[in-house]
Amino acid sequence: MSFAVSENPKLLSLTDRGLYCEVGDFYVDPWRSVDRAIITHAHSDHARWGMKHYLCSREGEGVLRRRLSPESHITSYAYGEEITLNGVRVSLHPAGHILGSAQVRMELDGEVAVVSGDYKTAADATCTPFEPIRCHSFVTECTFGLPIYRWQPDEEIFADINGWWQENQAKGRCSILMGYALGKSQRALSGLDPKQGPIIVHGAVHAMNEAYREAGITLPETRRLGELPAGFDFSQAIVLAPPSVQGSTWLRRFGEVSCAFMSGWMAVRGAKRRRAMDRGFVLSDHVDWPSLLGAIEATGAERIWATHGYTNILVRHLREQGKWAEVLSTEWEGEQDASEAGAAEQEESA
Amino acid sequence: MRDFATLYLDLDSSNRTNDKVAFMVEYFRTASAEDAGWAVYFLTGRRPKRPFASTKFQLWAAETAGISPWLFTECYDAVGDLAETIALVLPPPIETNQEGLAWWVQNVLLGLAKEPEEDQRRIVQECWQRLTTPERLVFNKLITGAFRVGVSQELVVRALSMSSGVPQATLSHRLMGDWTAGSLFFESLLSLDQDASEDLSRPYPFCLAHPLEAAASSLGDLSEWHVEWKWDGIRAQVIRRGGNTYVWSRGEELITSRFPEIAAIGDRLPEGTVIDGEILAWSEGRPLPFAELQKRIGRKTVGAKLLQSVPVTLIAFDVLEFEGVDLRARPLSDRVQILDQLKTTGLVEVPMPKTVNGWSELAAIRDQARDLRVEGLMLKRKSSVYGVGRKRGDWWKWKLDPFTIDAVLIYAQRGSGKRASLYTDYTFAVWNDERQLVPVAKAYSGLTDAEIKEVDAFVRKNTQDKFGPVRTVTPMLVMELAFEGIQKSSRHKSGIAVRFPRIARWRHDKLPADANTLEEIKRLIPD
Ligand SMILES: [Zn+2]
Ligand SMILES: [Zn+2]
Repeated sequence: MSFAVSENPKLLSLTDRGLYCEVGDFYVDPWRSVDRAIITHAHSDHARWGMKHYLCSREGEGVLRRRLSPESHITSYAYGEEITLNGVRVSLHPAGHILGSAQVRMELDGEVAVVSGDYKTAADATCTPFEPIRCHSFVTECTFGLPIYRWQPDEEIFADINGWWQENQAKGRCSILMGYALGKSQRALSGLDPKQGPIIVHGAVHAMNEAYREAGITLPETRRLGELPAGFDFSQAIVLAPPSVQGSTWLRRFGEVSCAFMSGWMAVRGAKRRRAMDRGFVLSDHVDWPSLLGAIEATGAERIWATHGYTNILVRHLREQGKWAEVLSTEWEGEQDASEAGAAEQEESA
Repeated sequence: MRDFATLYLDLDSSNRTNDKVAFMVEYFRTASAEDAGWAVYFLTGRRPKRPFASTKFQLWAAETAGISPWLFTECYDAVGDLAETIALVLPPPIETNQEGLAWWVQNVLLGLAKEPEEDQRRIVQECWQRLTTPERLVFNKLITGAFRVGVSQELVVRALSMSSGVPQATLSHRLMGDWTAGSLFFESLLSLDQDASEDLSRPYPFCLAHPLEAAASSLGDLSEWHVEWKWDGIRAQVIRRGGNTYVWSRGEELITSRFPEIAAIGDRLPEGTVIDGEILAWSEGRPLPFAELQKRIGRKTVGAKLLQSVPVTLIAFDVLEFEGVDLRARPLSDRVQILDQLKTTGLVEVPMPKTVNGWSELAAIRDQARDLRVEGLMLKRKSSVYGVGRKRGDWWKWKLDPFTIDAVLIYAQRGSGKRASLYTDYTFAVWNDERQLVPVAKAYSGLTDAEIKEVDAFVRKNTQDKFGPVRTVTPMLVMELAFEGIQKSSRHKSGIAVRFPRIARWRHDKLPADANTLEEIKRLIPD
């Protein structure tokens, strides 16, 4: 079973394997194995194992290969480079979410559909900035599609993080900064002040740092636990680690610690409390409410499909504004709240 | 407002007691006396009257944010806290403000209630435009009266003492009773002059006892101990000063008018007297069950019928002030003698047997406690002073089994069957070393249907978070839990497991801060 997402059902439809372009015979971020999958970005809810052939942005190839396997069949294209698949004109455009993240634009007989993947419009030193694309049908994520979510400028958040690190140093506590190993950690790294003290990274973060550096992204110098001399003093250090380390024995080696979590969810105190963190930094790689509405407006789309988040709320709000909007049920999970996020990272934190 | 908002967020996000104290010390040292005075007022749980209904507040916020009421409600559902929801949905401020907490309280907050609704809305909206998100959160909390930040009065007192050098006992005393943070309040609070005209109505901080878990014989020579019945009523101080009588509960509520019988006892006391004792429903020489007394607790005024069916009396067990002199530093044996002189004024006395030969005989006496409707015995060292708070070692509660603890309601879940529409399944918590509430027991039964309805309404009004069927509620309700056994458990976060927990009764008279600590409960574990 399937139903049309674009006006022409052969351009974009939803099937039980994922979003499908029938004429071009390819899927976007499918959740079951298919022959040809265009991948918006390397987060595990979008880039799954088992596809015969992967297509992604050139910027994102290295990261994707590390997430999949060295043998995966991956073809990559520059942002904006147009390819034709059975007559469908397909191109990838920056989504600003993480390194290599892309919106997928497809065009058939003058009709344009865009799948946003995950995206943010705010600046990020570690990836190419988001670019609005005009289209007829727009599939948008809405992880933070509620008016309570409004992000602060990066400089303010990084100043807070560096300030917190400094306070901990004064108290002789090691700073444990938790966030997704892919994307969030590198963005945070780009804002840390390396002059303040040693920056240490968890193995999972290190693997992704390598992919970023290979792609030409400058990150401050980091050290792995294994490189440190015995008896290393952690009290002045900051440690970047995935959320799964919280409450684990892995943390014991650092002595007295202060734990912080970086996520858009940290905007709400209850979420912070549930995670039992000393600090929460509101740093998200998704659009906030005002940017989400702005991005939708900028596409000029006639049909808006909301997925990946507060779909019902966004749809109801858009309809109130006189727009055509529908919920699209996908199996992309998004930036999870609370404990599930930890579980998702578990596999790579070993 | 910025500094106070920072303090609020620091306290709110910190899990460490020492950090919390340090944040407050820093604030008290740097804030103006006026700001600090109001900070003390709010941090110790005092609040001015709510100026308007929170429904209006929501509407104005949705209007300012330019969102539909349904969308505001969705936001509120996601956040679980009204003040915070409003702070988050509003567009960024267009101006900044330099004014401190006192300015906002005195020039905006206190006057709001008197304004007509149209002006209230305009004033509130103008304020929002001048406040940052954290400042708005605090401003909204002050307005809605929901300002709670998880510090006990004890902790505030500790911080004040550290920042001023004034002893904690003096500060606790000065913070009791009715006061508001006027202009000279903070200076007089921190005054090093002990004789600064202290309010005549003011009670002394109550001295509390610890449960005795060790064998009583470990307390040494019985002759060094003063033994009393442990009554199950309302702990109260009766004050006779300046020709007036004041009756205070341990929850720092002035309850004089609710208990005219006790007020009458107070009126017969000589000028300059403060008595510490227990208010009990009393008839025919013995106490009525606590449930009877409870009928009197909630009533601001009592009718003749209730006065007749549930008469109360005072069992006095200590005298803290006599002839205008503070006796708290004198040994208990001296105070008891003075109390004996006062007994002619109508204080009820239920004597202990005069001669008790050793601890085992005393244990036998304790076992009769149930017949007398008392909870057990109090053991107080004869040489002990009247201390502040829960000092260990001098005062012990030697209670009968079952074990009982006072715990705070933190989670509620809907019941099943005919109670499926009501929140009837509760999780209770006690304080750990970090002054955080940790769950210790789930309890389902023990409340009356009327009480269950009352708790249900409370849960709905005070939900902070929802996950699945479980609601996290603002920790406000204290219940006494009884259980048959206790043991160590690695499966529970608290490290203990209790057997057959049930709600013994709702402690309307206790505040969350009065609940037991995990440490105290762990001491109940048999070796
Ligand atoms: Zn993603
Ligand atoms: Zn995603």
